[in-house]
Amino acid sequence: MNGGVPDNWLTFVTFLPLIGAALTLLFSEKEARDRLQIKRFVFGVTVVVFFASLVLLAAFDPEKEGFQFVEQAEWLGGLTYKLGVDGLSLPLLLLTTFLMPLCILASWGIEHRIKEYMVAFLVLETLMIGVFVSLDIILFYLFFEGGLIPMFIIIGVWGGKERIYAAFKFFLYTLLGSVLMLVAMLWMIGEVASSEYFAQLVAKTEPGQPLPVASDITVMLGYDFPSAPIDVMGMYLPAGIQTLLWLAFFASFAVKMPMWPVHTWLPDAHVQAPTAGSMVLAAVLLKMGGYGFLRFSLPMFPDASAYFTDFVFALSVIAIVYTSLVALCQEDLKKLIAYSSVAHMGYVTMGIFAANQQGVDGAVFQMISHGFVSAGLFLLVGVIYERANTREIAAFGGLAERMPVYAAIMMLFTMANLGLPGTSGFVGEILALMGAFQVSTLTAFIATLGVILSAAYMLHLYRTMMLGEMKNPKFSTLPDMSSREIAIAAPLAIGVIVLGVYPSLASDMFGATVTRILEGYDAALAASAALEPVQAAAVSAH
Amino acid sequence: MSALEMDLLAVGPEITLAVGGMILLLLGVFRAPGAAEGPEVAPRNAAAGLLVSWATVALLLVTAVWVAGLEGQRIAFNGLFVDDTFARFAKVLILAGSAIVLALGLDAMRQGGILKFEYPILILFAALGMCVMVSARDLMTLYMGLELQSLSLYIIASFQRDSLRSTEAGLKYFVLGALSSGLLLFGASLIYGFAGSTRFDQIAAALADGGDPPVGLLFGLAFLIAGFAFKISAAPFHMWTPDVYEGAPTPVTAFFATAPKVAAAALFARAMMTPFAEITDAWSQILAFLAICSMFLGAFAGIGQTELKRLLAYSSIGHMGFALVALSVGGEAGVQAMLVYLAIYLVMSIGVFAFVLAMSRDGEPTTRIADLDGLSQTHPGWAIGLTLLMFSLAGVPPLWGFFAKYAAFSAAVQGGLVWLATAGVVASVISAYYYLNIVRRMYFNDPERPIELNAAFPHRLCFGAAAAAMILAIAPAPLLNGFGTEDAAARAAASLEIGGERAPFAAAPREAILAEDEAAEDDAALLEAPAVLAQ
Repeated sequence: MNGGVPDNWLTFVTFLPLIGAALTLLFSEKEARDRLQIKRFVFGVTVVVFFASLVLLAAFDPEKEGFQFVEQAEWLGGLTYKLGVDGLSLPLLLLTTFLMPLCILASWGIEHRIKEYMVAFLVLETLMIGVFVSLDIILFYLFFEGGLIPMFIIIGVWGGKERIYAAFKFFLYTLLGSVLMLVAMLWMIGEVASSEYFAQLVAKTEPGQPLPVASDITVMLGYDFPSAPIDVMGMYLPAGIQTLLWLAFFASFAVKMPMWPVHTWLPDAHVQAPTAGSMVLAAVLLKMGGYGFLRFSLPMFPDASAYFTDFVFALSVIAIVYTSLVALCQEDLKKLIAYSSVAHMGYVTMGIFAANQQGVDGAVFQMISHGFVSAGLFLLVGVIYERANTREIAAFGGLAERMPVYAAIMMLFTMANLGLPGTSGFVGEILALMGAFQVSTLTAFIATLGVILSAAYMLHLYRTMMLGEMKNPKFSTLPDMSSREIAIAAPLAIGVIVLGVYPSLASDMFGATVTRILEGYDAALAASAALEPVQAAAVSAH
Repeated sequence: MSALEMDLLAVGPEITLAVGGMILLLLGVFRAPGAAEGPEVAPRNAAAGLLVSWATVALLLVTAVWVAGLEGQRIAFNGLFVDDTFARFAKVLILAGSAIVLALGLDAMRQGGILKFEYPILILFAALGMCVMVSARDLMTLYMGLELQSLSLYIIASFQRDSLRSTEAGLKYFVLGALSSGLLLFGASLIYGFAGSTRFDQIAAALADGGDPPVGLLFGLAFLIAGFAFKISAAPFHMWTPDVYEGAPTPVTAFFATAPKVAAAALFARAMMTPFAEITDAWSQILAFLAICSMFLGAFAGIGQTELKRLLAYSSIGHMGFALVALSVGGEAGVQAMLVYLAIYLVMSIGVFAFVLAMSRDGEPTTRIADLDGLSQTHPGWAIGLTLLMFSLAGVPPLWGFFAKYAAFSAAVQGGLVWLATAGVVASVISAYYYLNIVRRMYFNDPERPIELNAAFPHRLCFGAAAAAMILAIAPAPLLNGFGTEDAAARAAASLEIGGERAPFAAAPREAILAEDEAAEDDAALLEAPAVLAQ
C-alpha cells in the first residue's frame, strides 16, 4: 500500500485506457446498434479512469515533499520504468481524465469508422496520462512523442478538407522540435551516470535496494548540470552546457506549447481536427509544453533559465499581442479560438519564467483554466459547425434569438476567455501578470494589452454571431443545444466558475510543489552567483 | 582431443550446413525431373523445391538452436576462424532470419513458377557464407565467406530468368559486386603488405607500437571499408540497392534486406575492432561520413518512390546509416549498440516483408505503394500491423524501433559524437515522412481497387508476431523488456576481441551467468515463430 492507494495504481490508471482500446477492437461496428455499444463502452472506460484517478486525489498529500505513489520496475536500455506524481503533475493528470469522457460524449455524432476513432482516443489518453506520471526521462519522451501517433490518425482520418496537410504538418513539425531534446537527454544521462554525485548515490544505496538509474528524473533533479561559462567550438555559452541543453528542451516545449514563432502548426491542426480532437489538443496536449518547462527547464537548468528569461519574455509578449491581433482578423471561428489559445499560452510561459511564486502559480493555474475554457470553446464551435456546416463568423448573426441556451453558455466561456473576474481565466492571467511585473515591468505592461485585445476579439466574435439581426435565413431553424451537448458543457462551465470563485481548490494542490521548485531554483542561482567572482578572477588571471 | 578435432568442433555448425547443403542438393537432383522429360514437369519441380525448402528451413533452425546453445570462445585453424559470443549472436540472427524469410517466400515463389530446388540450396550456401564471414579472424577467411555469400546472392537475384528486370538486377549486382570485391581484395593486399600478416590479431600487433600507422595501410583500410560499405549498401556505395531490390523476385528481396545486412555489418564490426582498434580515429571518421551519407540519402531519396520495394531499399540504406552511427563510435559500447540495432531491424524487416509478400491483386503479386489505399477499411488487422511496423521503422516512440535508434544515438552521444547523433535525429525526422505516407494511404485514403492479402496462417502469425513485438518489447515485464536482446548484445560485444586481445567480460561473473540464462530464453523466444512455420 502506498498512502492508502493499492500498489501499482498509477500503472493501472495509465494503462486502463489501453486495455479498453484492446477490448474495443473486439466490437463489431456494422449496425448502428453496435456503434452505440462501442460509444457506451468507451464512455464507461473513460469514466472509470476518471474515478480511478480521483482515488489518487483523495490520497494525495500536497505538503509531502517529493513524488508520491512512486513505483519502479526494471526496464530495457539501462533505463527504469518509474512512475509518480507531485503537485504539478496531479492536476494535469486529473484534467486529462476529466476531459476524456467529455470528449467521448462530444464524439457521439461520429458514425464513420467509430471503432478506430475510439481506439485512437483511448490510446491517446494512455499516452497523455503517461507524460504526467513518468519519472524516467526517456519514458517521459516516449509518452511525449507517442501521442503524435494517435493524434496524427485522428486529424488525418476524421478531419476536415485539408486534413492530410494538417496531419503531416502537425506530426513532422512537433517531431522535429523534439528530437534535439532527445539528443540532450542522451547527453544528460551520460553526464549524470559518469558523475561523482551518481557514484555517491550508488555507494549510499543499501544492499537489497534497487540501484539508482541515471535516467531517473529524481536523480537528475539532484544533479547540478555544469553552468560555468565556456567556449564550445567558437560559441560562447554564458551558462555553460546548460545553455545548449536548455535550448534543446526549449525547442521541443516551445513547439508543443506553442510559442510564437513556432505556433503555425496549431491553427492548421485545430481547424482540421474533429471537435473532440481539438478539445484534447487545446486542453491537454498544449499543457505538455508548460509541464516540461516546469519539470525540466527550470529545475534542471536554472542558470540557463535565468539567462534566457528576457528572451522568453520577449517571445511571450509577442505571442500575447501579435497572435491576439491575428485572432482579431480571423474569419474562421475555429481559427480564432486557436490563435487565442496561442495568446493564452503566452501568459503561461511568461509566468513560468518570471520564476516567482505568483508567476508560476499563475502559469499552472492558467494551464488548468485554459484546459476548461478552450475545451468548452472548441466544443461550442463543434456544436454550431454540426448544425450550420460553416465556421465563417460573418455568416452568423442573431443566434441568441434561436439558440438561447447556446448563447448563454457561449457567453460564459467568452467571458472566461477574456479573463473576467469571477471566472477561472482571470485568476491565471492576473497572477502571471503580477509575477512578471515584479521581474520586468515593461513585459507586464505590454502583456496587459493582451487582456484588452482578447476582450476585443471575443466580444467582437460574440456580437457578430449572437446578437443583432438574423442575417442568414438559412440558420433561422437551427435547433438549440441538445441535452447531450449541455451535459458536456455543464461540467466545463461549472469548473470555470468554481475555479474562478474558489481558486485555492486547485492552487492548494500545486502551491507547495511550486514553492519547492522555486526554492531549488533560487538556491542554484545563489550558488552560481557566489561562484561568479571566483570564475571572473580565474578568467582574468588567465 | 587433437588440435584438428578442436578445430573441427569450432566449425561444427558450418560443416553441418555445408554437408547438409550437399545432401539436400543430391536430394533435389534425384527428386526433380530433368528437362528431357517433357513440358509437364513444372508441378513436380515445384514439389521437389518445396521438399528441399522445408528441409533447408529445418536445417537452418536446428543449426540456429545449436549455435545459440554454444558457449565460450574457440579459435580454430591457427587463428583464421573464431567462434565467440559475438559471432554466435550474429549467426543466430542470420540463421533464424534466413529460415523465416525462406519459409515466408515459398508461396510467392511457387505462384511465380520459380520454386526450384536450387533456390533454398543457394540460400543455405549464402547463409553458410555469412556464418563464415562473422567468424572470420583473417582477411582470407573473410574473403572466402564473403564470396561464398555473394556468389549465391548474385544467382538468386536473377532467379526469375524469364524476367528482364530480374536478370538485369542479377547482372548489375554481379558487376558492381565484383568491383567491390576487387576493391576489398586490393585493400586487403595493401594491408598485408604493410602489416605483414592477414590475421587480425597480428595486424593489431603490428599497429600496437603506438606510432603513426603506415600510409599504405591506411590506404588499404580505406579500400577495405569501401568494399564493406558496398556489401551493407551504405551510401555512396548504395547504387545497386534500389535496382536489385526492385528487380529481384520479392522473396529474394526479403532475403537481401535481412540476413546479409546483419552478416555484413557484423563482419564490418569485427574487421574494424579486432585489427584496427589502435587506429579507431582513422576509420571512425570514414564510418561517420558513410553514416551521414546513408542516413540522409535514405531519408531524401525514399520520399519520391512509388514502389514499395524501392522504398524499402532506400529505407534499408538509411537504416544501415544508423547502424554505422553506432559502429563509428567504436569500442564495446558502439558494437553493442550496433548489434541491438541489427536485431531490432531484422525483426522489423521480416514483418514488413511478410506483408509485402502477401500483397496481390487479381492473383498477381503487386508492390505499388498506391495499392495500399484504404487498406484500413478492407483489411483492418493487416493495416494496424503495418502501421506499427512503419512507425517503428521511422523510430517514433514508444515502439521498439525507437529503442534501436535510442541505442545508436545514445552510444554516439556518450562516445562524444554529439554532432553525428544530431544529424541522425534530423535524418530520422525526414525519413518519417515516407513511412507516414504509407500510413496515410492506408488510413486517410478510401479504397478504390482494394488488393487482396493472401497468406497462410503461419505467415499471418509471423507478421502478427513481428508487429506485436514492436509494442510488447517495451513492456517493463520479465521476458518482455526488449526480449533480452540488450543483455545478449552486451555479452556479444564484450566477447569481441578488441585490438587483438580478448576484452574482459564487462559483467561480474554472477551477473554474467544470470544474463546467460536470460539470453537462452530469449533465443528460444526468437525461434518460436519459425518453429510454428516449420510445422
